[in-house]
Amino acid sequence: MSEEKIKQAFVKALAIPEEQVKDSLEYNSIKEWDSTAHMILIAELEDVFEVMLDTDDIIDMSSYAKAKEILRKYDIDC
Amino acid sequence: MITDLLEASPYSVASADKKRLLLRGLQELTVYHQQNCLAYHQLFNEPVEPFTDISAVPFLTVPLFKQRPLKSIPVEQVFKVLTSSGTTGTVPSRIYLDADTAKLQSRVLVKIMQEWLGKQRLPMLIWDSPSVIKSRDSFTARGAGIQGLSFLGRHHTYALNDDMSLNIEAINTFFERFGSGPVFMFGFTFMVWKFGVQALKEQGLKFDFQNAVLIHSGGWKKLEDEAVTAETFNSKTEDQLGHVRVHNFYGMVEQVGSIFVACEEGHLHCPSYADVLVREPGNWQVVPEGNVGVLQVLSLLPKSYPGHSLLTEDRGRILGEDNCNCGRKGKYFEVLGRMEKVEARGCSDTFERTGAGQ
Repeated sequence: MSEEKIKQAFVKALAIPEEQVKDSLEYNSIKEWDSTAHMILIAELEDVFEVMLDTDDIIDMSSYAKAKEILRKYDIDC
Repeated sequence: MITDLLEASPYSVASADKKRLLLRGLQELTVYHQQNCLAYHQLFNEPVEPFTDISAVPFLTVPLFKQRPLKSIPVEQVFKVLTSSGTTGTVPSRIYLDADTAKLQSRVLVKIMQEWLGKQRLPMLIWDSPSVIKSRDSFTARGAGIQGLSFLGRHHTYALNDDMSLNIEAINTFFERFGSGPVFMFGFTFMVWKFGVQALKEQGLKFDFQNAVLIHSGGWKKLEDEAVTAETFNSKTEDQLGHVRVHNFYGMVEQVGSIFVACEEGHLHCPSYADVLVREPGNWQVVPEGNVGVLQVLSLLPKSYPGHSLLTEDRGRILGEDNCNCGRKGKYFEVLGRMEKVEARGCSDTFERTGAGQ
Protein backbone atom coordinates (compact mmCIF):
# COMPACT_ATOMS: atom_id res chain seq x y z
CA MET A 1 0.00 0.00 0.00
CA SER A 2 2.67 2.46 1.07
CA GLU A 3 4.90 1.32 -1.72
CA GLU A 4 2.20 2.27 -4.18
CA LYS A 5 2.04 5.72 -2.61
CA ILE A 6 5.80 6.13 -2.94
CA LYS A 7 5.63 5.07 -6.54
CA GLN A 8 2.88 7.61 -7.23
CA ALA A 9 4.92 10.33 -5.52
CA PHE A 10 7.79 9.56 -7.90
CA VAL A 11 5.48 9.59 -10.90
CA LYS A 12 4.03 12.92 -9.88
CA ALA A 13 7.21 14.68 -8.73
CA LEU A 14 9.45 13.52 -11.55
CA ALA A 15 6.73 13.48 -14.20
CA ILE A 16 7.73 10.07 -15.49
CA PRO A 17 5.61 7.02 -16.42
CA GLU A 18 5.02 4.43 -13.74
CA GLU A 19 6.98 1.74 -15.62
CA GLN A 20 10.14 3.78 -15.08
CA VAL A 21 9.83 3.71 -11.30
CA LYS A 22 11.77 0.65 -10.15
CA ASP A 23 14.43 -0.11 -7.56
CA SER A 24 17.25 0.52 -9.99
CA LEU A 25 16.07 4.04 -10.81
CA GLU A 26 18.85 6.37 -9.66
CA TYR A 27 19.07 10.06 -8.85
CA ASN A 28 20.77 12.02 -11.64
CA SER A 29 20.55 9.04 -13.99
CA ILE A 30 17.70 10.56 -15.97
CA LYS A 31 17.05 14.18 -16.87
CA GLU A 32 13.74 14.09 -15.03
CA TRP A 33 15.36 13.30 -11.68
CA ASP A 34 17.77 16.17 -11.22
CA SER A 35 18.31 18.39 -8.21
CA THR A 36 15.25 20.53 -8.99
CA ALA A 37 13.00 17.49 -9.23
CA HIS A 38 14.64 16.02 -6.14
CA MET A 39 13.37 18.89 -4.00
CA ILE A 40 9.88 18.48 -5.48
CA LEU A 41 10.06 14.76 -4.75
CA ILE A 42 11.12 15.32 -1.16
CA ALA A 43 8.30 17.79 -0.59
CA GLU A 44 5.85 15.32 -2.13
CA LEU A 45 7.03 12.42 0.05
CA GLU A 46 6.86 14.62 3.14
CA ASP A 47 3.34 15.61 2.22
CA VAL A 48 2.08 12.14 1.46
CA PHE A 49 3.58 10.48 4.54
CA GLU A 50 3.56 13.46 6.91
CA VAL A 51 7.22 13.09 7.79
CA MET A 52 10.06 15.59 8.08
CA LEU A 53 13.10 14.38 6.17
CA ASP A 54 16.45 15.82 7.24
CA THR A 55 19.38 16.80 5.04
CA ASP A 56 21.09 13.40 5.41
CA ASP A 57 17.95 11.72 4.07
CA ILE A 58 17.93 14.00 1.05
CA ILE A 59 21.52 13.23 0.20
CA ASP A 60 21.11 9.50 0.87
CA MET A 61 18.01 9.21 -1.28
CA SER A 62 20.02 8.23 -4.33
CA SER A 63 17.63 5.68 -5.82
CA TYR A 64 14.05 4.47 -5.63
CA ALA A 65 15.19 1.51 -3.53
CA LYS A 66 16.99 3.87 -1.19
CA ALA A 67 13.90 6.07 -0.89
CA LYS A 68 11.93 3.10 0.44
CA GLU A 69 14.74 2.24 2.86
CA ILE A 70 14.78 5.79 4.22
CA LEU A 71 11.02 5.95 4.61
CA ARG A 72 11.11 2.68 6.56
CA LYS A 73 13.21 4.52 9.15
CA TYR A 74 10.15 6.67 9.70
CA ASP A 75 7.99 3.61 10.31
CA ILE A 76 6.46 3.59 6.90
CA ASP A 77 5.65 0.08 5.90
CA CYS A 78 6.88 -0.40 2.36
CA MET B 1 42.38 6.93 11.40
CA ILE B 2 40.81 8.74 8.52
CA THR B 3 41.45 7.13 5.18
CA ASP B 4 39.25 9.20 2.94
CA LEU B 5 38.84 12.94 3.33
CA LEU B 6 35.57 12.88 1.42
CA GLU B 7 34.09 10.81 4.22
CA ALA B 8 35.52 12.99 6.99
CA SER B 9 33.52 15.63 8.80
CA PRO B 10 34.32 19.08 7.47
CA TYR B 11 36.44 20.62 10.22
CA SER B 12 37.91 17.68 12.11
CA VAL B 13 41.11 16.76 10.29
CA ALA B 14 44.39 18.19 11.63
CA SER B 15 47.12 19.26 9.26
CA ALA B 16 49.40 16.20 9.22
CA ASP B 17 46.61 13.78 8.31
CA LYS B 18 45.05 16.25 5.97
CA LYS B 19 48.23 16.94 4.04
CA ARG B 20 48.89 13.25 3.42
CA LEU B 21 45.37 12.52 2.22
CA LEU B 22 45.01 15.71 0.25
CA LEU B 23 48.27 15.08 -1.60
CA ARG B 24 47.14 11.60 -2.52
CA GLY B 25 43.75 12.81 -3.74
CA LEU B 26 45.17 15.71 -5.73
CA GLN B 27 47.79 13.44 -7.24
CA GLU B 28 45.11 11.03 -8.42
CA LEU B 29 43.04 13.86 -9.86
CA THR B 30 45.99 15.38 -11.68
CA VAL B 31 46.86 12.07 -13.33
CA TYR B 32 43.20 11.41 -14.06
CA HIS B 33 42.75 14.73 -15.84
CA GLN B 34 45.97 14.29 -17.79
CA GLN B 35 44.59 11.01 -19.06
CA ASN B 36 41.05 12.17 -19.69
CA CYS B 37 41.21 15.81 -20.73
CA LEU B 38 43.20 16.50 -23.85
CA ALA B 39 43.34 20.26 -23.26
CA TYR B 40 44.63 19.66 -19.74
CA HIS B 41 47.20 17.21 -21.01
CA GLN B 42 48.38 19.80 -23.51
CA LEU B 43 48.94 22.23 -20.64
CA PHE B 44 50.62 19.72 -18.34
CA ASN B 45 52.15 16.89 -20.25
CA GLU B 46 55.00 16.06 -17.88
CA PRO B 47 54.53 12.78 -16.02
CA VAL B 48 53.50 13.64 -12.47
CA GLU B 49 56.15 12.96 -9.83
CA PRO B 50 54.59 12.02 -6.48
CA PHE B 51 53.77 15.39 -4.90
CA THR B 52 55.50 16.05 -1.61
CA ASP B 53 53.86 19.41 -1.09
CA ILE B 54 50.49 20.90 -2.01
CA SER B 55 52.28 23.74 -3.79
CA ALA B 56 53.58 21.25 -6.37
CA VAL B 57 50.10 20.56 -7.73
CA PRO B 58 49.88 22.35 -11.09
CA PHE B 59 47.17 25.00 -11.26
CA LEU B 60 44.96 26.43 -13.97
CA THR B 61 43.85 30.02 -14.11
CA VAL B 62 40.13 30.70 -14.08
CA PRO B 63 39.99 32.41 -17.53
CA LEU B 64 41.07 29.13 -19.11
CA PHE B 65 37.56 27.84 -18.43
CA LYS B 66 36.26 30.62 -20.65
CA GLN B 67 38.77 30.05 -23.39
CA ARG B 68 38.42 26.34 -23.99
CA PRO B 69 36.12 23.49 -23.10
CA LEU B 70 37.84 21.75 -20.21
CA LYS B 71 36.19 18.46 -19.46
CA SER B 72 37.39 15.00 -18.55
CA ILE B 73 34.28 13.10 -19.62
CA PRO B 74 32.85 12.16 -23.00
CA VAL B 75 30.16 14.52 -24.19
CA GLU B 76 27.38 11.95 -23.67
CA GLN B 77 28.16 11.90 -19.95
CA VAL B 78 27.69 15.64 -19.53
CA PHE B 79 24.83 15.97 -17.08
CA LYS B 80 24.82 19.66 -16.39
CA VAL B 81 26.77 22.70 -17.50
CA LEU B 82 27.39 25.52 -15.05
CA THR B 83 28.14 28.93 -16.47
CA SER B 84 29.58 32.01 -14.89
CA SER B 85 30.27 35.29 -16.60
CA GLY B 86 32.62 36.38 -13.82
CA THR B 87 33.19 40.07 -13.41
CA THR B 88 35.20 41.03 -16.45
CA GLY B 89 34.73 38.87 -19.47
CA THR B 90 31.69 38.52 -21.64
CA VAL B 91 32.42 34.90 -22.48
CA PRO B 92 31.18 32.73 -19.62
CA SER B 93 33.17 30.00 -17.92
CA ARG B 94 31.69 26.61 -18.68
CA ILE B 95 31.91 23.84 -16.11
CA TYR B 96 30.91 20.38 -17.27
CA LEU B 97 29.41 18.05 -14.69
CA ASP B 98 28.61 14.38 -14.90
CA ALA B 99 26.14 12.73 -12.54
CA ASP B 100 28.82 11.56 -10.10
CA THR B 101 30.55 14.91 -9.75
CA ALA B 102 27.20 16.67 -9.36
CA LYS B 103 26.26 14.19 -6.62
CA LEU B 104 29.55 14.61 -4.83
CA GLN B 105 29.18 18.40 -4.95
CA SER B 106 25.78 18.37 -3.30
CA ARG B 107 26.86 15.80 -0.75
CA VAL B 108 29.86 17.83 0.33
CA LEU B 109 27.94 21.11 0.28
CA VAL B 110 25.31 19.61 2.56
CA LYS B 111 27.93 18.15 4.90
CA ILE B 112 29.62 21.52 5.25
CA MET B 113 26.38 23.40 5.74
CA GLN B 114 25.13 20.94 8.36
CA GLU B 115 27.92 22.26 10.52
CA TRP B 116 26.36 25.73 10.42
CA LEU B 117 22.67 24.94 10.15
CA GLY B 118 22.19 21.55 11.77
CA LYS B 119 20.64 18.57 10.05
CA GLN B 120 17.06 19.74 10.16
CA ARG B 121 15.84 21.44 7.04
CA LEU B 122 14.65 24.86 8.04
CA PRO B 123 12.13 27.14 6.35
CA MET B 124 14.19 28.97 3.76
CA LEU B 125 13.97 32.57 2.60
CA ILE B 126 15.92 33.22 -0.59
CA TRP B 127 17.06 36.77 -1.27
CA ASP B 128 16.64 36.53 -5.00
CA SER B 129 13.91 36.29 -7.60
CA PRO B 130 12.43 32.98 -8.73
CA SER B 131 13.49 33.64 -12.31
CA VAL B 132 17.13 33.04 -11.36
CA ILE B 133 16.48 29.37 -12.05
CA LYS B 134 15.33 29.41 -15.62
CA SER B 135 16.67 26.27 -17.20
CA ARG B 136 17.23 22.95 -15.57
CA ASP B 137 20.07 21.84 -17.82
CA SER B 138 22.22 24.90 -17.63
CA PHE B 139 22.64 26.92 -14.51
CA THR B 140 24.23 30.26 -13.90
CA ALA B 141 26.48 30.47 -10.87
CA ARG B 142 23.67 32.21 -9.01
CA GLY B 143 21.13 29.59 -9.96
CA ALA B 144 23.48 26.75 -9.09
CA GLY B 145 24.21 28.24 -5.69
CA ILE B 146 20.54 28.64 -4.87
CA GLN B 147 19.72 25.22 -6.20
CA GLY B 148 22.51 23.58 -4.20
CA LEU B 149 21.58 25.29 -0.95
CA SER B 150 17.89 24.72 -1.36
CA PHE B 151 18.55 21.08 -0.37
CA LEU B 152 19.00 22.45 3.14
CA GLY B 153 15.68 24.21 3.34
CA ARG B 154 11.97 23.65 3.09
CA HIS B 155 9.04 25.95 2.24
CA HIS B 156 11.38 27.80 -0.13
CA THR B 157 10.28 31.40 -0.43
CA TYR B 158 11.75 33.99 -2.77
CA ALA B 159 11.99 37.42 -1.16
CA LEU B 160 12.35 39.36 -4.41
CA ASN B 161 10.20 39.87 -7.49
CA ASP B 162 11.56 39.43 -10.99
CA ASP B 163 12.35 43.16 -11.17
CA MET B 164 14.38 42.81 -7.92
CA SER B 165 11.86 44.75 -5.88
CA LEU B 166 10.94 43.35 -2.47
CA ASN B 167 8.13 40.84 -2.53
CA ILE B 168 6.74 42.21 0.71
CA GLU B 169 3.76 39.93 0.67
CA ALA B 170 5.97 36.84 0.41
CA ILE B 171 8.31 38.04 3.17
CA ASN B 172 5.35 38.89 5.40
CA THR B 173 3.74 35.52 4.92
CA PHE B 174 7.04 33.75 5.58
CA PHE B 175 7.67 35.83 8.68
CA GLU B 176 4.21 35.30 10.12
CA ARG B 177 4.42 31.58 9.59
CA PHE B 178 8.02 30.90 10.62
CA GLY B 179 9.52 34.07 12.13
CA SER B 180 9.35 32.91 15.73
CA GLY B 181 11.37 29.74 15.09
CA PRO B 182 14.64 28.86 13.39
CA VAL B 183 14.85 29.86 9.74
CA PHE B 184 17.51 29.76 7.06
CA MET B 185 18.12 32.68 4.71
CA PHE B 186 20.36 32.60 1.70
CA GLY B 187 21.39 35.08 -0.95
CA PHE B 188 24.25 36.59 -2.85
CA THR B 189 26.06 39.26 -0.88
CA PHE B 190 25.26 42.22 -3.11
CA MET B 191 21.68 41.07 -3.65
CA VAL B 192 21.00 40.67 0.07
CA TRP B 193 22.53 44.05 0.71
CA LYS B 194 21.17 46.15 -2.12
CA PHE B 195 17.78 44.61 -2.80
CA GLY B 196 17.20 43.21 0.69
CA VAL B 197 18.64 45.09 3.64
CA GLN B 198 18.90 48.50 1.97
CA ALA B 199 15.53 48.26 0.27
CA LEU B 200 13.89 47.35 3.58
CA LYS B 201 15.56 50.32 5.21
CA GLU B 202 14.45 52.72 2.48
CA GLN B 203 10.90 51.54 2.87
CA GLY B 204 11.09 51.67 6.65
CA LEU B 205 10.37 47.96 6.99
CA LYS B 206 11.69 45.79 9.81
CA PHE B 207 11.14 42.15 10.66
CA ASP B 208 11.99 40.71 14.02
CA PHE B 209 13.08 37.18 13.19
CA GLN B 210 13.81 35.32 16.43
CA ASN B 211 16.38 32.81 15.22
CA ALA B 212 17.65 33.18 11.69
CA VAL B 213 20.88 32.13 10.01
CA LEU B 214 21.79 34.12 6.92
CA ILE B 215 24.32 32.50 4.59
CA HIS B 216 25.59 34.77 1.85
CA SER B 217 28.28 34.57 -0.78
CA GLY B 218 29.57 36.00 -4.01
CA GLY B 219 31.05 39.29 -2.90
CA TRP B 220 30.13 42.57 -4.51
CA LYS B 221 30.69 41.95 -8.23
CA LYS B 222 29.87 45.14 -10.11
CA LEU B 223 28.92 46.92 -6.91
CA GLU B 224 32.47 47.12 -5.58
CA ASP B 225 31.91 50.85 -4.95
CA GLU B 226 29.04 50.04 -2.62
CA ALA B 227 30.88 47.32 -0.70
CA VAL B 228 30.67 47.50 3.09
CA THR B 229 32.64 45.70 5.78
CA ALA B 230 31.39 42.47 7.31
CA GLU B 231 30.66 44.32 10.57
CA THR B 232 28.45 46.86 8.80
CA PHE B 233 26.78 44.19 6.71
CA ASN B 234 25.99 42.06 9.74
CA SER B 235 24.79 44.84 12.00
CA LYS B 236 22.59 46.49 9.35
CA THR B 237 21.13 43.10 8.52
CA GLU B 238 20.20 42.66 12.17
CA ASP B 239 18.70 46.16 12.23
CA GLN B 240 16.24 45.19 9.50
CA LEU B 241 15.70 41.50 10.14
CA GLY B 242 16.13 40.85 13.86
CA HIS B 243 18.16 38.03 15.38
CA VAL B 244 20.26 36.87 12.48
CA ARG B 245 23.54 35.01 12.66
CA VAL B 246 25.40 35.87 9.47
CA HIS B 247 27.94 33.63 7.75
CA ASN B 248 29.66 34.64 4.54
CA PHE B 249 31.24 31.98 2.38
CA TYR B 250 33.84 32.09 -0.34
CA GLY B 251 33.56 29.68 -3.21
CA MET B 252 33.98 29.42 -6.93
CA VAL B 253 31.61 28.12 -9.57
CA GLU B 254 34.62 26.12 -10.75
CA GLN B 255 34.64 24.32 -7.39
CA VAL B 256 31.00 24.13 -6.37
CA GLY B 257 30.55 22.20 -3.13
CA SER B 258 33.85 22.64 -1.31
CA ILE B 259 33.10 26.10 0.00
CA PHE B 260 34.94 28.17 2.60
CA VAL B 261 32.54 29.38 5.31
CA ALA B 262 33.33 32.23 7.70
CA CYS B 263 33.17 31.22 11.37
CA GLU B 264 32.01 33.29 14.33
CA GLU B 265 35.41 35.03 14.25
CA GLY B 266 34.86 36.05 10.64
CA HIS B 267 37.60 33.71 9.37
CA LEU B 268 37.03 31.69 6.21
CA HIS B 269 37.68 28.01 6.96
CA CYS B 270 38.99 25.33 4.63
CA PRO B 271 36.88 22.20 4.93
CA SER B 272 38.55 18.77 4.92
CA TYR B 273 37.96 18.51 1.17
CA ALA B 274 39.74 21.69 0.14
CA ASP B 275 42.78 23.81 0.77
CA VAL B 276 44.11 27.24 -0.05
CA LEU B 277 47.54 28.67 -0.90
CA VAL B 278 48.67 32.25 -1.43
CA ARG B 279 51.04 33.14 -4.28
CA GLU B 280 52.95 36.29 -5.08
CA PRO B 281 51.91 37.90 -8.37
CA GLY B 282 54.77 37.85 -10.85
CA ASN B 283 56.93 35.00 -9.64
CA TRP B 284 53.93 32.97 -8.44
CA GLN B 285 55.83 31.54 -5.50
CA VAL B 286 53.90 30.55 -2.39
CA VAL B 287 54.23 33.24 0.28
CA PRO B 288 54.44 32.62 4.06
CA GLU B 289 51.39 32.69 6.30
CA GLY B 290 50.18 36.23 6.86
CA ASN B 291 51.50 37.65 3.59
CA VAL B 292 49.07 39.00 1.04
CA GLY B 293 48.97 37.54 -2.44
CA VAL B 294 46.72 35.80 -4.93
CA LEU B 295 44.62 32.89 -3.70
CA GLN B 296 44.95 29.42 -5.13
CA VAL B 297 42.15 27.02 -4.23
CA LEU B 298 42.38 23.24 -4.28
CA SER B 299 39.50 20.82 -4.05
CA LEU B 300 39.05 17.06 -4.14
CA LEU B 301 35.68 17.31 -5.87
CA PRO B 302 36.30 18.17 -9.53
CA LYS B 303 36.43 14.88 -11.37
CA SER B 304 34.48 15.56 -14.55
CA TYR B 305 36.56 18.67 -15.32
CA PRO B 306 40.13 19.63 -14.36
CA GLY B 307 39.23 22.21 -11.72
CA HIS B 308 40.93 20.67 -8.69
CA SER B 309 43.67 23.31 -8.52
CA LEU B 310 42.92 26.87 -9.56
CA LEU B 311 44.57 30.22 -9.32
CA THR B 312 41.79 32.68 -8.53
CA GLU B 313 41.71 36.38 -9.35
CA ASP B 314 41.25 37.25 -5.68
CA ARG B 315 43.74 38.59 -3.19
CA GLY B 316 43.94 37.31 0.34
CA ARG B 317 46.09 35.91 3.09
CA ILE B 318 46.28 32.88 5.33
CA LEU B 319 45.63 33.68 8.98
CA GLY B 320 46.48 30.34 10.56
CA GLU B 321 45.93 26.61 10.58
CA ASP B 322 44.19 24.33 13.10
CA ASN B 323 44.27 27.08 15.75
CA CYS B 324 41.30 29.35 15.14
CA ASN B 325 39.50 30.45 18.31
CA CYS B 326 36.34 28.82 17.02
CA GLY B 327 37.97 25.41 17.48
CA ARG B 328 37.67 24.19 13.91
CA LYS B 329 40.60 22.47 12.23
CA GLY B 330 42.01 23.45 8.87
CA LYS B 331 43.57 26.55 7.40
CA TYR B 332 41.70 29.79 7.79
CA PHE B 333 42.10 32.91 5.72
CA GLU B 334 40.62 36.17 4.54
CA VAL B 335 39.81 37.52 1.10
CA LEU B 336 40.95 41.09 0.39
CA GLY B 337 39.24 41.86 -2.91
CA ARG B 338 40.06 41.35 -6.55
CA MET B 339 43.50 41.40 -8.09
CA GLU B 340 44.44 44.54 -9.98
CA LYS B 341 43.60 44.18 -13.66
CA VAL B 342 47.21 44.49 -14.69
CA GLU B 343 48.21 41.78 -12.23
CA ALA B 344 45.45 39.60 -13.54
CA ARG B 345 46.58 40.08 -17.10
CA GLY B 346 50.17 39.44 -16.11
CA CYS B 347 48.96 36.32 -14.45
CA SER B 348 47.26 34.81 -17.44
CA ASP B 349 50.13 35.89 -19.74
CA THR B 350 52.67 34.29 -17.48
CA PHE B 351 50.54 31.29 -17.25
CA GLU B 352 50.05 30.94 -20.96
CA ARG B 353 53.82 31.10 -21.36
CA THR B 354 55.09 28.96 -18.52
CA GLY B 355 52.23 27.11 -16.90
CA ALA B 356 50.86 26.19 -20.26
CA GLY B 357 54.14 24.58 -21.11
CA GLN B 358 55.06 24.96 -24.73
